[in-house]
Amino acid sequence: MRIFHKFSWEFKVCRPIAALLLILSVSVMATLNAQVDTFEFENEEQQKRFRTLSNELRCPMCQNTNLSGSTGGVAEDLRREVHRMIVDGFSDTEIEKFMFDRYGDFIFYRPRLRAETILLWFGPIMFLLIGGYLALGIWRRASLSSVDSTSLDSEQAAQLQKLLRSKH
Amino acid sequence: MIPELGQFSLILAFCLSILLGSIPLVGAAKGNQLWMSLARPLTAGVFVFLAISILILAYAFVADDFSVQFVAQHSNTLLPTRYKMTAVWGGHEGSFLLWTFMLAGWMLAVSIYSKSMPIDFVARVLGVLGILCTAYILFMLATSNPFDRIVPLPPQDGADLNSALQDIGFIIHPPTLYMGYVGFSVVFAFAIAALLSGRLDAAWARWSRPWANVSWAILTIGIALGSWWAYYELGWGGWWAWDPVENPPLITWLFGTALIHSLAVTEKRGVFKSWTVLLAILAFSGSLLGTFITRSGLLTSVHAFASDPSRGVFILGILGLAIGGSLILFAFRAPLMKSNFGFDLVSREIFLLTNNVILVVAAASVFLGTLFPMFYQAITDDLISIGPPYFNAIFIPLMSLLVLVLGVGPMSRWKKTSVSYLIEQLGKVALTSLAIGVVLPTIILLQVSWVAIVAVTLAAWIVLSMLKDMANKTANKAARLAGLRALSLSYYGMQAAHFGMALMLIGVAFTSEFSEEKSVLLAPGESIDVGSYNFTFNDTQAITGPNYVGTQADFSVSKNGNELGNLNPERRIYLATGTPSTEMAIDAGFLRDLFVTLGEEKENSAWTMTIYVKPFIRWIWLGAIFMAFGGTVAAGDKRYRRVRERYLKREEQALATNLQVAS
Amino acid sequence: MNRFNFFIPAIGFFVLALILWRGLYLDPKELPSMLIDKPMPTFALTTVDGNEISNADLPNSMFLLNVWGSYCLPCLIEHPTLMRLAEEGEIPVVGINYRDKKQLALDWLGDNGNPFAFSILDESGRFGIDLGVYGAPETYLVDADGVIRYRHVSVLDENVWRQDFLPAINKLQAESNTQQ
Repeated sequence: MRIFHKFSWEFKVCRPIAALLLILSVSVMATLNAQVDTFEFENEEQQKRFRTLSNELRCPMCQNTNLSGSTGGVAEDLRREVHRMIVDGFSDTEIEKFMFDRYGDFIFYRPRLRAETILLWFGPIMFLLIGGYLALGIWRRASLSSVDSTSLDSEQAAQLQKLLRSKH
Repeated sequence: MIPELGQFSLILAFCLSILLGSIPLVGAAKGNQLWMSLARPLTAGVFVFLAISILILAYAFVADDFSVQFVAQHSNTLLPTRYKMTAVWGGHEGSFLLWTFMLAGWMLAVSIYSKSMPIDFVARVLGVLGILCTAYILFMLATSNPFDRIVPLPPQDGADLNSALQDIGFIIHPPTLYMGYVGFSVVFAFAIAALLSGRLDAAWARWSRPWANVSWAILTIGIALGSWWAYYELGWGGWWAWDPVENPPLITWLFGTALIHSLAVTEKRGVFKSWTVLLAILAFSGSLLGTFITRSGLLTSVHAFASDPSRGVFILGILGLAIGGSLILFAFRAPLMKSNFGFDLVSREIFLLTNNVILVVAAASVFLGTLFPMFYQAITDDLISIGPPYFNAIFIPLMSLLVLVLGVGPMSRWKKTSVSYLIEQLGKVALTSLAIGVVLPTIILLQVSWVAIVAVTLAAWIVLSMLKDMANKTANKAARLAGLRALSLSYYGMQAAHFGMALMLIGVAFTSEFSEEKSVLLAPGESIDVGSYNFTFNDTQAITGPNYVGTQADFSVSKNGNELGNLNPERRIYLATGTPSTEMAIDAGFLRDLFVTLGEEKENSAWTMTIYVKPFIRWIWLGAIFMAFGGTVAAGDKRYRRVRERYLKREEQALATNLQVAS
Repeated sequence: MNRFNFFIPAIGFFVLALILWRGLYLDPKELPSMLIDKPMPTFALTTVDGNEISNADLPNSMFLLNVWGSYCLPCLIEHPTLMRLAEEGEIPVVGINYRDKKQLALDWLGDNGNPFAFSILDESGRFGIDLGVYGAPETYLVDADGVIRYRHVSVLDENVWRQDFLPAINKLQAESNTQQ
């Protein structure tokens, strides 16, 4: 039984090490279907805008991929449009409006803040407040119901002082 | 004939798991020793027949038996043998069989490593797991049987495994992920057994900690493997897409992280008892939710299996019974669990409670973001998308908050810690971290980057507070080395895991902020600079593989004139389906990755290609490895072995006494 | 913390389960068109036959606008329905040859038959973007004033025609009758 324990512990350690070696191995090959567009931009800033927009816009025909990660079809065309609009001097807001007019909210990976999405954007803060309230509740429950409560509140501390003093 | 044996084996496993899910539980309720002792052998039986089942499915693949529908859908005669075997989990039916087999594996492990627990508890744990197993096998037999045959005319050859899955990532990621994911069923079963038994003490927490830690560690690796695989598979440098199928394991992991911390408090202090039970139920729900989302067609994703509402309803039924039932049991029994001690508003308990709140809020937020498009559609009949911009905006601040607490927690004392003590210990650490954070990246990058400053500050905060704590703990020993040796495995596990968090933080921040990519058209002989690296396109050659043909390109990479090596990306066409695909070539490094993906050939042998430089990306998965290592090491703590030995000794003495009395 | 609080997780869960159940029967895949009740986008292009064409050349009555391509298999499946509609004169069908090669498109029409009054050539897909097209086949129902009223994504077979298009057409005609 003891030998079995030892083996299993070491085996559990070996697995992460094997994973480490795998992950750090050099020149790993892989499979994918990425497409390469060679768009020219006038400056770094335009290229950055292009990258951000094609990352934040969703491919309308794919199963949950952004424009930069999709191959062919309308995604290719939309990337070309984004490039054209950036080079022609349109602002990010104008480009986004262009996309919205044709494909709707679906094409934005960053959901717009509206009445319907308030729950989405303010949800986490609400959760945090609820969580804090819950935590306080757990703390209070532990203090009240504890079998062995050795910490005294101020009133009990004063009582204790009185008792001790009265002994002398 | 043989696939039918596989189905028959599955049916036998089903029958045995029905018995397992009923007899030991009734036995525990009635105190019937015989019925309770049936739990272990029944578990072994379920495991054996599920093992036979999955082995037969693998055999059907290797033997090219295309009369089995699942094999015909996911295999091909030209498929290399190792992929034939792993194609078992290449589709819904087979992967669900793998899922169930993992559960059987964990059940077997519980039945073997539970000698130090009372038999009624073990019976309950295995019984609950047996109920789950029954539900899963029933689901398979009713809606997703991997052994269904194609009659009357089986195809000559199969549809082939998706080329994206013909890869080592596919061999290791699903089994590891499932192993970790399903592992949380064990802690769940422990929690339910605790509720059922009416045990009000924290013993169940002590027993379940190793199981929770190991499941968590394996799940960490499973998710990291998925991220790593997506990174080189999809080829545009992305390593986490907040996809609806990726998110549930993360939700489970977040609940799981809260759980392992909460279990520590429950074991040591006897507080948070009912909260920990709830966390165990929540972590397990995460894993069932993942199954539900992936297999029901509820949400759109690249990873999702083919959609089918009837399957979804079945899984929802399982969810309802398992989670709904557990939460009702929780509502009735948990109020009876009372804390052993109180604790102050500033105490280690509070810091760990804060850790829990942040992690649970993060999990709930990811859950909200994942399911919100569905809520939205149900109400407005319109579609919206929620992706990385939303998740990052919520997740990053929460995790940063967690990191701040992480530095303080280990240093704080149980029950009551004075704020002035903490400031005294950590004040200098905080200032030093800030100094390092501001100075180091600015000097190295020669620019002011807020992302880098915040990331390095937080990472330094973790590491320095860790070192300070270790210094404090070894301060009174004659030799520090002796002091370090005296620290428990549990402590080192914690530090290793927290260190992993620091690594991951740096990796995520730097790769997100400082990655470079360039898409260009290059002719042979031309070169280009990306970041501080120079890439030269040398030439191409034609290649053939077992089930594909294609072109391989050769690149030389150098930095500041120093040759670094060659990269050989490929463009392939798979023969069975005619689909083209690109193999990118990665130069993986400790401090950065370089990779090239080929696009298409244009005139004059010029090729379009994209070149990427990704700094510190390996630190993300290295961090995960440290976390998993930490979790595993902590589970191996002598505490648990000592307890087992003491219990076994007591059992021995009791037996000896009985024999003496009898004789 | 009273005992009722312990029931909150269970209640929350059952509410969630109901929502998930409802969610199973939604179809997450069909994208609603943003151009419903909006006029056809302005265009000046050519047909696959080489003739110039613009908004003025569109039919003056209700018509179908079908997005198709020679590469598109589902288009072949809905082809008989479109042929029947064209031959029986039920409703004019205008085509948009989307992201295709002109010669391949002409060959396809020659091999299979041409149900279209004419097909707008959109090799680059640029016109498709203005319509919010995201793949072939798609079919739009455009009214007599050139306003888009309905979009169907994917195959238009006889079932879809009967269950989706005919009711929409009848409703539009009833509306235009009451307006007169």
